[in-house]
Amino acid sequence: MIETAASTPIVLWLSSRYANIELADALLAQVCRDRGVTEEARHWISMALREALANAIKHGNRQDPEKRVLVTFGGDDGTLAIEVGDEGAGFEPEEIADPLAAENQMKTSGRGIFYMRTFMDEVAFTRGETGGTLLTLKKRLDTISKRKGAEAS
Amino acid sequence: MSKTVTTRDAGDIKIIELHGKITIGSGDLQMREGIHAALAAGAKKILVDMKDVTTIDSSGVGELVGCYTTATHRGAKLKLAALPPKISDVLTVTQLITVFDVFTDEKDAVASFG
Repeated sequence: MIETAASTPIVLWLSSRYANIELADALLAQVCRDRGVTEEARHWISMALREALANAIKHGNRQDPEKRVLVTFGGDDGTLAIEVGDEGAGFEPEEIADPLAAENQMKTSGRGIFYMRTFMDEVAFTRGETGGTLLTLKKRLDTISKRKGAEAS
Repeated sequence: MSKTVTTRDAGDIKIIELHGKITIGSGDLQMREGIHAALAAGAKKILVDMKDVTTIDSSGVGELVGCYTTATHRGAKLKLAALPPKISDVLTVTQLITVFDVFTDEKDAVASFG
């Protein structure tokens, strides 16, 4: 069994294929188990991770399997931090339309970032070392970790 | 591997059952193909049964919206039934839950078509 301690970040490089989302999600499940995250919370973190990876593969790397997606699981005792980086041209998240606006409600795309922001405590976009987008997702563990709850009681 | 989409008839209603993950690159496309096949076959009443859906992402939601729009443009009605709580939550936060006709179970949904 792999131990995924908070003090030791896990780094994963994936080719830009949608099937690889399942690999990263499986590793997230292991990380969440090790850190005592409830199943309910894991589901929503998983959804945010899936959206981040889908964006990196589709919009960042344009589904070019030669381009890679970086996934890092880390953080500290109080926070689960996930980084997702691509090798694309970068983008401006402010340019994404509000999916709740009436004129956008029936659009078939444009909800991924909204879901990430809904289900995570922090979502930040920066420019990665390779020029692509580096997305950081953070979730505080104080309310979603069974371990924290046990320690508090 | 089990199928993501299975279809059956209840009178003139085409019931499309979704299973597992309705996510980018796999389940989302299979769902669209299933619904579009029903529309191409002339179905005017389509019920999407979601009780076995475990995960849906923004791509799956987008395809569902697209199928709803396509069905409406073709004079068909597309309704949803038996949404698990997490799937309902995903549609609720984007306010799409008010766009679709959503029923708690298949029986009520079938009856609603009249």
